[in-house]
Amino acid sequence: MLKILKYSFYDLMRSRWSYVYFGFYLILGFVLLFLNNNVSKAVITLMNVIIILVPLIGTIFGVMYYYNSKEFTGLLLAQPLKRSTIFLGQYFGVALSLSMSLVIGLGIPFVAYGIFMSDAIWDFGLLLLTGAFLTFIFTALSFNIGLRNENRIKGFGYAILLWLFMAVIYDGILLMSLMIFADYPLDTFSLTASMFNPIDLSRILILLKLDISALMGYTGALFQKFFGTSLGIFLSISVLALWVLIPVWLIRRVARKKDF
Amino acid sequence: MIEIKDLHKKFGKNEVLSGVNLSVDRGKIIAVLGPNGSGKTTLIKSILGMVVPNKGEILLDGKSVLGKWKYRESIDYLPQIANFPHNLTVKELIRMIKDLRKQKNVDDNALIKLFKLEPFLGKKLGNLSGGTKQKVNILLTFMFESPLIILDEPTSGLDPISLIRLKELIYSEKEKGKTILITSHIMSFVEEVSEEIVFLLEGKIYFKGSIAELKDKTGQPDFEHAIASILTQSYA
Repeated sequence: MLKILKYSFYDLMRSRWSYVYFGFYLILGFVLLFLNNNVSKAVITLMNVIIILVPLIGTIFGVMYYYNSKEFTGLLLAQPLKRSTIFLGQYFGVALSLSMSLVIGLGIPFVAYGIFMSDAIWDFGLLLLTGAFLTFIFTALSFNIGLRNENRIKGFGYAILLWLFMAVIYDGILLMSLMIFADYPLDTFSLTASMFNPIDLSRILILLKLDISALMGYTGALFQKFFGTSLGIFLSISVLALWVLIPVWLIRRVARKKDF
Repeated sequence: MIEIKDLHKKFGKNEVLSGVNLSVDRGKIIAVLGPNGSGKTTLIKSILGMVVPNKGEILLDGKSVLGKWKYRESIDYLPQIANFPHNLTVKELIRMIKDLRKQKNVDDNALIKLFKLEPFLGKKLGNLSGGTKQKVNILLTFMFESPLIILDEPTSGLDPISLIRLKELIYSEKEKGKTILITSHIMSFVEEVSEEIVFLLEGKIYFKGSIAELKDKTGQPDFEHAIASILTQSYA
């Protein structure tokens, strides 16, 4: 698997888009820091950007890479390699290079600003970790979409829909149901509902760490009340890990049965 | 060498292979023929494990290959449409495939010379013409020493000189005792290189034997007409 990972990674490192993505974070980091002049505020603003943008880039890049490397995949399938090796290698190649763009792109301005001397270092670290989680989750989901759809237009459509659903529609539905069923106890429902959306979960995770109750919203406050801060953080990280593991397992499963 | 038992494959409702039984002996050149959509490529891809059959068994040297991957070390495969990653150069691709297959005894230089590929080594695969891509494809297939070679439409896009080179290459590999499986629509090419033909029709093997036997069976004086007569009979 490491060999495939290596080649996918090299391939992506040569692609223009990785640098555009990297450059974007670099500029964003510098602009936010030097306009805000406050690391904690910059972390909050970044959270709002990362939580929406990372899933979008992860899904789009994921399907794009899957469809673009179809020829390469065909070539590899005739070689003495296990199928799961091929697809997992490609997946980790994409997810790793995207995470690296994020971590290095944001890391440079923050290090330059002096993050190591500030107390916000853990907040910032958690932000990057969440960003990496979201990249791995949404790339895995998009690989699943690619593997299940031969038609790339359809695949792209589903990928965009997935992002739109998770980033926008899900919250809308949740909010509506909270309003409609306001007369009932909704604690368990909204807690469970937030587990099923990695974007919500990431937001809660970061806000728990930052401990800003004003921004936490209903589910965030519930999370804190139910689990306390440290258990809440631990729990949300574990669920995020599950969100990576299950789609990766699904990639293996679909790849094993597919005809090429 | 290859033993296929009662192979079935459906794509949705479309039944492509419906009970193929075939055994191929070591050291022979065998052509798989059939009209478009008769399941030639599906049969080959099943042997390679790229298509997962619904039913049946494929044995290579007595061992089942379904769900396995290691056995592909002993197969060299030339795909029908040479699709390569666009932003790799020819040289990088060759190095990569060598690296992935971990085979030591590789003579790519002789083949590069044979097909005059030197000027293209540093070029990106996306910028090559169809014929040149096919030459690279042939190079990647023939540079390894595997006992089984599978060629899916090897002649497509080749100029006459390269075609002659390809035939020589096939003969020399046969001399080494390799088994070669070919599909092609160019009847003259098949007649020239193959010792035995297998004719697929509607997902089953309609005929297996030598070209002379086929001519006898159909009562036609030449190979091309013999094939055509099978097809007209089946369409009628």
